[in-house]
Amino acid sequence: MKYIDEFRQRDVAQALASEIKKTVRPDRFYRLMEFCGGHTHAIFRYGLPDLMPDNVEFIHGPGCPVCVLPSSCIDRAIERVQGYDAILCTYADMLRVPASGGSSLFKAKAAGADIRMVYSPFDALKISQDNPQRQVIFLAIGFETTTPPTAVVIKQAAAIKQPNFSVDCNHVLTPAALLAILTPADGQLNIDGFIGPSHVSTVIGSEPYEFFARTYKKPMVISGFEPLDVMQSILMLIHQINRETYCVENQYSRAVTPGGNRKAQALMAEVFTQTKSFEWRGLGHLPHSALQIRENFSAYDANLRFPVETAPASEVKSCRCPEIIRGIKKPHQCKLFGTSCTPENPLGACMVSSEGACAAYWSYGRFRDPRYKINTINEA
Amino acid sequence: MCLAMPVQVISVDVSADTAKVSLGGILKEVSLALVDDVSVGDYLLIHVGFALNKLDEDEATKTLETFAELARLHAME
Amino acid sequence: MKHKSITSTIRTPFNRLDIKNGRVELVHGSGGRASAQLIEMLFKTHFDNDLLAQNNDQALFAVDAGRLVMTTDSYVVSPLFFPGGDIGSLAVHGTVNDLAMGGAVPLYLSVAFILEEGLALKVLEKIVISMARAATEAGVKIITGDTKVVERGKGDGVYISSTGIGRVPSAVNFSGDQAQPGDAIILSGSLGDHGIAIMSHRENLQFETQIVSDSASLADLVACMIEVVPGIRCLRDPTRGGLATTLNELAQQSRVGMLIHENTLPIKPQVSAACELLGLDPLYVANEGKLVCICDPNDARKLLSVMRQHPLGQDASIIGRVLADEHAFVQMETLLGGYRMVDWLSGEQLPRIC
Repeated sequence: MKYIDEFRQRDVAQALASEIKKTVRPDRFYRLMEFCGGHTHAIFRYGLPDLMPDNVEFIHGPGCPVCVLPSSCIDRAIERVQGYDAILCTYADMLRVPASGGSSLFKAKAAGADIRMVYSPFDALKISQDNPQRQVIFLAIGFETTTPPTAVVIKQAAAIKQPNFSVDCNHVLTPAALLAILTPADGQLNIDGFIGPSHVSTVIGSEPYEFFARTYKKPMVISGFEPLDVMQSILMLIHQINRETYCVENQYSRAVTPGGNRKAQALMAEVFTQTKSFEWRGLGHLPHSALQIRENFSAYDANLRFPVETAPASEVKSCRCPEIIRGIKKPHQCKLFGTSCTPENPLGACMVSSEGACAAYWSYGRFRDPRYKINTINEA
Repeated sequence: MCLAMPVQVISVDVSADTAKVSLGGILKEVSLALVDDVSVGDYLLIHVGFALNKLDEDEATKTLETFAELARLHAME
Repeated sequence: MKHKSITSTIRTPFNRLDIKNGRVELVHGSGGRASAQLIEMLFKTHFDNDLLAQNNDQALFAVDAGRLVMTTDSYVVSPLFFPGGDIGSLAVHGTVNDLAMGGAVPLYLSVAFILEEGLALKVLEKIVISMARAATEAGVKIITGDTKVVERGKGDGVYISSTGIGRVPSAVNFSGDQAQPGDAIILSGSLGDHGIAIMSHRENLQFETQIVSDSASLADLVACMIEVVPGIRCLRDPTRGGLATTLNELAQQSRVGMLIHENTLPIKPQVSAACELLGLDPLYVANEGKLVCICDPNDARKLLSVMRQHPLGQDASIIGRVLADEHAFVQMETLLGGYRMVDWLSGEQLPRIC
C-alpha cells in the first residue's frame, strides 16, 4: 500500500531508534505526551516502547473523542431512542461505552432499541431517506477530523429538506483540550513535549498550535500516524527539548499545512458555532470547547427536536479514566484495570474505545505490566 | 476514530462530487465535498467516507528520502 | 395405461419436485410425503452413496479396530454464497477439517438442515450440489441427515449442522495440550482470506482482483504431513477469531507462551489493504482452509518442505516458537522490532462469517 508500507520499514525504525538513543541526554527524562488516541494505539501496536531508551516516557493524552464524552451523553442518546422510538445511528466506537447504571448503546440495542452502526454520516442520512416514517438521529462525535463530514451532511439534509433527520452534536475541539492539559488546576505540568495529532491538524492546520507552544513554552511536533512518523517526531522533540526551544514543527508535511483545509473550516463555521461550555470526562466543564448546530440549521438539531431530561452522569467510583486522560496515571495504576474492567466488561470509556489508553495497554501491552514479572521474550 | 488513510484517485464524478479511489487494489467511493481540484492519480486522505485533504507527494518523497538516508548511515555503522 | 401408471407410482412414489420455481414450504419439514419428496429428489440425488441408500433413519457401517474421532459444527454464514464457496461447501470443509486436525482420515458426515419457509429450491439445490462436490473432493460420504423447516422470518434461508467421524492412525497423537517450550509454530498459508471475502461481499467493496475464501478440505495436506512427521504435537485450523484466537487457545491448553514474528506472517496484499480500510487486524480475521502446526523444532524444516509442495501449503511459513510462560501470553515481534501482545479477541469483529 503506497504511502503506508514505506512508513513501516524495520531498517528505518532501527536507524531512528539508534538516533534517538544517541540524542537523549543521560541525565534527564523526556516525558512526551501523545495527544491523540490514535497515536497511543500506534505506539503500542508496533511496540515502540521497546525501541526507546529508558529515559523516554510516553504520557497518554485526551485525544480520544469517545473517552472524553461523559456517560450522560450516552444516557441522553438512549433516552431519545426509547422515548421517541427513533432510529439512532452511531459510529461503532460508541456502542459499548458504559453509560449510567451499567447500560450502553449495545445493551439498549439488545433490549430492542433501534440502534444502527454506520461508517459515515451519509449512511445515517440514507437511513432517514429509506425510513421516511421514522425519526433518525445521528450521534455525531469526534474532534475536528470528523466534524467537517457532519457539516456536509447537515447541509445536504437541509438542501433536500429531509424532515426526519437530525444530529446529536457532540463534536469537541482540540485546542480547548490542549489548553486544559497545559493548565492543570494544581499547576503541576510534567510534560516536556507534545506529539501533535495527525488528522485534526490536516483540517485545522499547524498554526493553531503556535499560541500554545509559545505561551506555555513546550515544543510540539505534529506527527503522522504511521510508526516511523511517530519515531521521527520523537527525535525532533528530543532535539528541541535539548536545545530548550519551543516551536511547532510539522513532521506530517505530506498532509498538514500551516493553514489547514480552509474549505473544511469554512463548512464547519457555516454549520456550527462554539458552545459556551461543555462537560468533558476527566477535564470538567471547559469553555468554548465543543460545537453546537447554528440557528439556521436548528431544524436538524436533535437536542432541540428531542429534548430529554437526564440525571447527572454517575461514573464508576474507582474508575481512573479522568486521570488517565490527563496523563497523570497509567492504565495499570487503576485498581479496576484488568480486574473488574476489561474489554468484555468495560467500566470506563478508556477501556472500550478503539483509541482509549486502557484498551491499548490491555490489548497490546499488558505483558509489560510490572505485576506480571515476566520477561519471556528471550527465553527458550 | 481519527484514522485516515492515503488512497489513489481512479476516477472523478464531477456532478456527484465523488471519486472512486483505490487502496492497494480495493476500490471505494468517497465524497469530495471537502477538497478541490482533484485529478485522477492524485492521492487523498480519506476518513468516514470523505476525502479530507490531498497528499503532497513531494513532501512524502522528501520524508522518505530522509528515512532512506538515515537507514543508509545506520547500516554503515 | 392404468397398469403403467401404477408401476411408475410404485417405482417413484413422488411427483417431480419443481426445483426451478418451487420454494421450501412448512410441509417439507413435517415428515410426510413432501418431506420424503424433498429428501429423495434433492438430497439423496446429489449425496448419492451406498450408506445413504440404505434408506433408514440411521446409517449402518463397520469400522476397523482403532481410534475414532467425532466432531460437530454448525454453519450460519450470511450471505449464503460468497466468493470461493457457500454455506454448503463450508459445512463440509469445516467439519472435515476438525477431523483432520485430530490427525484423522475423515470417513463420514451427517448433515442437518434448518430451512426457512420460502427459500427457493434452486438455491437449496445449488448448496446441496456444492456440498456433494466438496464431500467427493474431501473423500467423505454424507450418510445420514435431517431436515426441518421454520416459518418465514425465523431463519436466514439455511442453517446447516454437520457431524463428522474419522479414523486416527495408530502413530498419531495430536492434542492442544502438548505444546512445549522450544517447539516451532508453522502456519500453512495466508491469513484472513475467508473473513475478507465475506466482509467485502457484505460491505460491497470492489476489488481489482476478487478476494476469494480459502475454504478447503485440509485432510490431504494433513495426511502428507503425518507421513513425514507422525509425532506432530498438535494441529488446529484458525476459523472464527483468526490466528490470534487459535494461538491463545493452544497457549492456554498447553500452559505455555508463544512468540510470533509479524514479518513471517503470509498475507495477501489485498487482504492487507481491505483490513486497513475496514479497520480490522488480520490476526483476528477468519480463515477456512489454513492450519497451525506445533512441532518439535527439529522437525520444522522437514514439515515446511512437505507443506510447500502441497497446493494448500505453498505459502507455509515458520512463524514463531513456543515459550515457557505461566500466563500463556501470545506475543508478537512487530514489523519494526518492538513487541506487542496478541490478545484474545474482545467482542465480535465480524458477525456470522462461519
